[in-house]
Amino acid sequence: MEMRVDNLSVARGGVPVLERVSFTLSAGQVLILRGPNGSGKTTLLRTLAGLQPPIAGQVSADPEHITYGAHADGLKATLTVEENLRFWAAVHGIEGIDAAVKGFNLNGLTHRPAGNLSAGQKRRLGLARLLVTGRPIWLLDEPTVSLDTASVGLFADAVRGHVAGGGAALIATHIDLGLKADTFDIGPFRANGDKTAPSQQRDRYADFDEAFS
Amino acid sequence: MIALLVRDMRLAVRAGGGFGLGLAFFLIVSTLVPFGVGPEAAILSRIAPGILWVGALLACLLSLDRIFQLDFEDGSLDLLATAPIPMEGTVAIKALAHWLVTGLPLTLAAPGFGALMNLQSPGHYWIFITLLIGTPALSMIGAFGAALTVGLKRGGLLLSLLVLPLYIPTLIFGAEAATRGTAGLSAVTPLLMMAGITAGSVALLPFAAAAALRINLR
Repeated sequence: MEMRVDNLSVARGGVPVLERVSFTLSAGQVLILRGPNGSGKTTLLRTLAGLQPPIAGQVSADPEHITYGAHADGLKATLTVEENLRFWAAVHGIEGIDAAVKGFNLNGLTHRPAGNLSAGQKRRLGLARLLVTGRPIWLLDEPTVSLDTASVGLFADAVRGHVAGGGAALIATHIDLGLKADTFDIGPFRANGDKTAPSQQRDRYADFDEAFS
Repeated sequence: MIALLVRDMRLAVRAGGGFGLGLAFFLIVSTLVPFGVGPEAAILSRIAPGILWVGALLACLLSLDRIFQLDFEDGSLDLLATAPIPMEGTVAIKALAHWLVTGLPLTLAAPGFGALMNLQSPGHYWIFITLLIGTPALSMIGAFGAALTVGLKRGGLLLSLLVLPLYIPTLIFGAEAATRGTAGLSAVTPLLMMAGITAGSVALLPFAAAAALRINLR
């Protein structure tokens, strides 16, 4: 499963934020998306997930192969942990949530309403949802917010298992996850004034192409 | 899709889900009208079908903004938009869930509440039939309005203003059919007009609502 992004330009609220972004995410690869706050990471991920149309360029992957993990976990406070997971599993036509429960150490929590969980537990449940979508490409936006070190470890294990099984992940994060991963800096593609000089930009493109050739 | 229906119904009956809110409002309206209008049985039984229809319509309006707003706020709507269910299906299922927890209980309760307004004998039957045919249109039109206003904070007022004019044809034909039926006249024409509105809404509005949601999610 490969996702090729070709000269993609994305806009937020009608204002272009990233222009001519090109990269390839291939099966078994983890790509870390880097860029300062407000640089357009979320907008790029939402565009790739098919939630908004790009202003130019193409994405080769079928949206049916992509799952998107946003800042918000999409949990229902009055449903239990198990009901939340079972719902997303059923929506994606997946049977069984045991692997997801075990993978994010939710064993003792399955009968608790999601509203009673701590912020970190909620995030773990939100990430466990990824395992019940059965989709090969994960697009994750700051997945480790409010996770402690042990939980970050669980998350890294889940990503490792996912890419080992032929999946791929594009992760916007500011911390080191301890994964074998490539890094993609979106700084040079920013549409507004504070990007690097054009000549330098071309060099960065070259570096980037080299990194993926 | 069934999973989504089950989830929405479960959320509605759990704490804070708002199930029963519409029904309680409907009961309050049906109870207060006789106090306001006075106890003359003849007047009450003449206005009962219309009052029941207006009460049911307003009760339905109460819970409309919950159809998409909560899912939008907690991020579920983004995830549903990327899920394998088509957006049109999501809208139709959520409108159906709204009808099952609002429109259907109102329909079942209306003949009973009619007794508070001295609704005469064939009237119970007619108010049930007209609400059964009409309330699905109220839920579907409401879901469309909710999809249009989903991104707005405190969009409930705008939603009501948007949806009320669209409710008027259903109300006119529904109340007319119920009044005629109660009076022993032929109610076929208004009944068929209302059924047409319901069928048209259910067939077309999921597409319009899905398009509105896609734009609001950008």
